[in-house]
Amino acid sequence: MDKINFLKEKANLLRQDIIEMLSIAGSGHPGGSLSSADILACLYFDVLRHNPKNPKWEDRDRFVLSKGHACPLLYSVLARCGYFPLEELKTLRKINSRLQGHPDSQKTPGVEISTGSLGQGISAAEGMALAGKIDKKSYRVYVLIGDGEIEEGEVWESAMSAGYYKLNNLCAILDYNGLQIDGPIKKVMNPEPIKEKWSSFGWHTIEINGHSISQILNAFKEAEQTKDKPTIIIAHTIKGKGVSFMENVVEFHGKAPTKQEAKTALNELKEEKKEWKN
Amino acid sequence: MEKLIATRDAFGEALLELGEEYKNLVVLTADLAGSTRVKKFSQKFPQRFFNMGIAEQNMIGVAAGLAQCGKIVVVTSFAIFASGRAWEQIRYSISHSHSNVKIVATHGGISVGEDGASHQGTEDISLMRTIPGMKVIIPADGVETKKVIRAVLKIKDPVYIRLGRPKVPVIFNEDYPFQIGKGYKIKQGKDVSIFACGIMLYEALKSEEKLRKEEISAEVINISTIKPLDKRIIINSVRSTGAVVTAEEHQVIGGLGSAVAETLGENYPVPLERIGIKDKFGESGKVEELLKKYKLTSDDIYKAAKKAVWRKNEKK
Repeated sequence: MDKINFLKEKANLLRQDIIEMLSIAGSGHPGGSLSSADILACLYFDVLRHNPKNPKWEDRDRFVLSKGHACPLLYSVLARCGYFPLEELKTLRKINSRLQGHPDSQKTPGVEISTGSLGQGISAAEGMALAGKIDKKSYRVYVLIGDGEIEEGEVWESAMSAGYYKLNNLCAILDYNGLQIDGPIKKVMNPEPIKEKWSSFGWHTIEINGHSISQILNAFKEAEQTKDKPTIIIAHTIKGKGVSFMENVVEFHGKAPTKQEAKTALNELKEEKKEWKN
Repeated sequence: MEKLIATRDAFGEALLELGEEYKNLVVLTADLAGSTRVKKFSQKFPQRFFNMGIAEQNMIGVAAGLAQCGKIVVVTSFAIFASGRAWEQIRYSISHSHSNVKIVATHGGISVGEDGASHQGTEDISLMRTIPGMKVIIPADGVETKKVIRAVLKIKDPVYIRLGRPKVPVIFNEDYPFQIGKGYKIKQGKDVSIFACGIMLYEALKSEEKLRKEEISAEVINISTIKPLDKRIIINSVRSTGAVVTAEEHQVIGGLGSAVAETLGENYPVPLERIGIKDKFGESGKVEELLKKYKLTSDDIYKAAKKAVWRKNEKK
C-alpha cells in the first residue's frame, strides 16, 4: 500500500507541474498530459531501470513518448527524477529553452528521440528493442502512444513488424482517453476494435484502468513476463484527469489554462491529495 | 571497351567487406534485398540484417531507434520510396535526432528505365537537400561508390546516398581521393566549367572531348557531394572560366543545378545552363532512349556549354 500511495502522490505532483508549466507557457497540451500522469509516475518512479545522473547508461530501460504533445508530463517527471533542475520547467516553450513544445532529444536530457510527429515514436522504440535483441541486452523499451495517434499508418507498420520479430522487450501503452483534436475518436475515425487489431498483429494485449496504480503496475509485470510477443497495455483514461473542468473536454487537448483556471485546478489537485491521504 | 559496373553492385560488395570491419553495422531493407544488393550481406550476417517488409516509414523509424542504441544503420530502398515515402521520418526521426543512419537509395533517376515514372526517383536530391543536417552524395561510378560507403561509415551524421540501377562506365581508378564535401577536378579548362554528378559525369567527360575539338576548353568537376556543397572549388573554377553548365539525372528544380545556382548567385554570378529533367515525369523506355528523350546526354551538355560560352562572350 505504501508504494501505491507513494506513486499516487507522485502522479498528483506531476499533474500540478503540468498545470503550472502550461499556465506559464500560455500554450500546450494539458488534456493528454493529465490523462497519462499515473502511467508515467509508475514507469519513472517504479518500473524503469534508469539513472538520471547518467542518462545515456547503456543498459537503461528506454521510454519513448510517441504522443509527443504530452511532453509537459514527460518534462515534469524527468525533472522530478533529477534529469534537470525543476526550475527549468518554467521555461517550457520559451525561446532558447531546452524544453521545446515537443520533445527534442538533442536538447533535453532523458529524451531518447525527438517526437511530436505522430506515429514515429513507436517505430523508433521498435528499433531500440531490436537493438536490445541483437546485443542480447536485458533492457526493456516502453512507448506511450495516443488513441488518435493509432490512426497513423506507420503505427500499424510498426505493430506488424514488432509482432513478426517477437519483440517481447517492447511494451506499448495506449492512452485511451477517447478524444482527439476534432472530437471523440469514435466520431473522427473510429479505430475500434482496438484490442482485436493489436492481438491480430501478434501482440499480447492487456486492458486496464489507466488511473489505477495497482492495475498499471500489474500490467507492466505481466508485460515483462510475456514471452515471444510485444505487449500493448490499453489504458482506459480520462482526458484532463484530475481537474474537474478539464475532464473529457475536447478543447483542453491543446489549450493552456488561464491564470485563474490554473489556480482553481491546483486547488483541486491539492484537495484531492488531502482526500486520499486521510 | 571500358569496364562497366552498376553503382548498386559496388555498394553490395563494399557492404560485405564493411560488415566484417564494423561489428555494429546493421542493414535494413523494405522488401528489396535483391534489387538493392544487400542480399549477400543478409546471408553473411543474418543477425544484423532485417527485412522490414514493404513499409518504408517504419523502416526509417526503426533505423533511428537502432542508431540511438549505438548501431550504424544502412537502410536501402529505391530512391523515390526512400526519399519520398519516408521523407518526414527521415526529417524527424533521423536528422532531427541526429541518428547515425545511412540511407542508400538505389534506382535513382530516370535510368531506372522500363518501370517508368512511378519508380524513377527524380526529385530525391531536392527532397533530401532541404532537410537540415542531411548530407547528400551521388557517386559517379563503382569505384567512387565503394569509397563513399567506406567514408560515410566513419562519420556519425545521417547521409543520403543515391545509386543507380544500370551498369555504368568506370571513370576513376583506385587512387581517386574521395572526400565527403569535396569536389574533384578531372579536366582542367578555361572557357567553361561543367559540374556533374552521378551518371552525368561520364556524359560530361564525353562532351569535353567534343568541345575540345572545337577549341572550347571545358573544366569538368565531379560534384558527388551535393550537400555540403564544395563552394570553394565551384567559385574558383568559375572565376577562371566565367561560364557554367550543371548536369544531373534529376529535376532541374532543387538538385545540383539549383545548389550551384544558389552559390554562384550569391558569390559570382555568370551565365549558367542546367542539364536535368525539365519539370516533367519520366516514362517507360530503354535507358539510352530515355536519356536522349529527356536531354541528358553528352550532346546536350555540349550544346549547353556552347550556349553558356556564347552568353559569356555576349556580355563582354
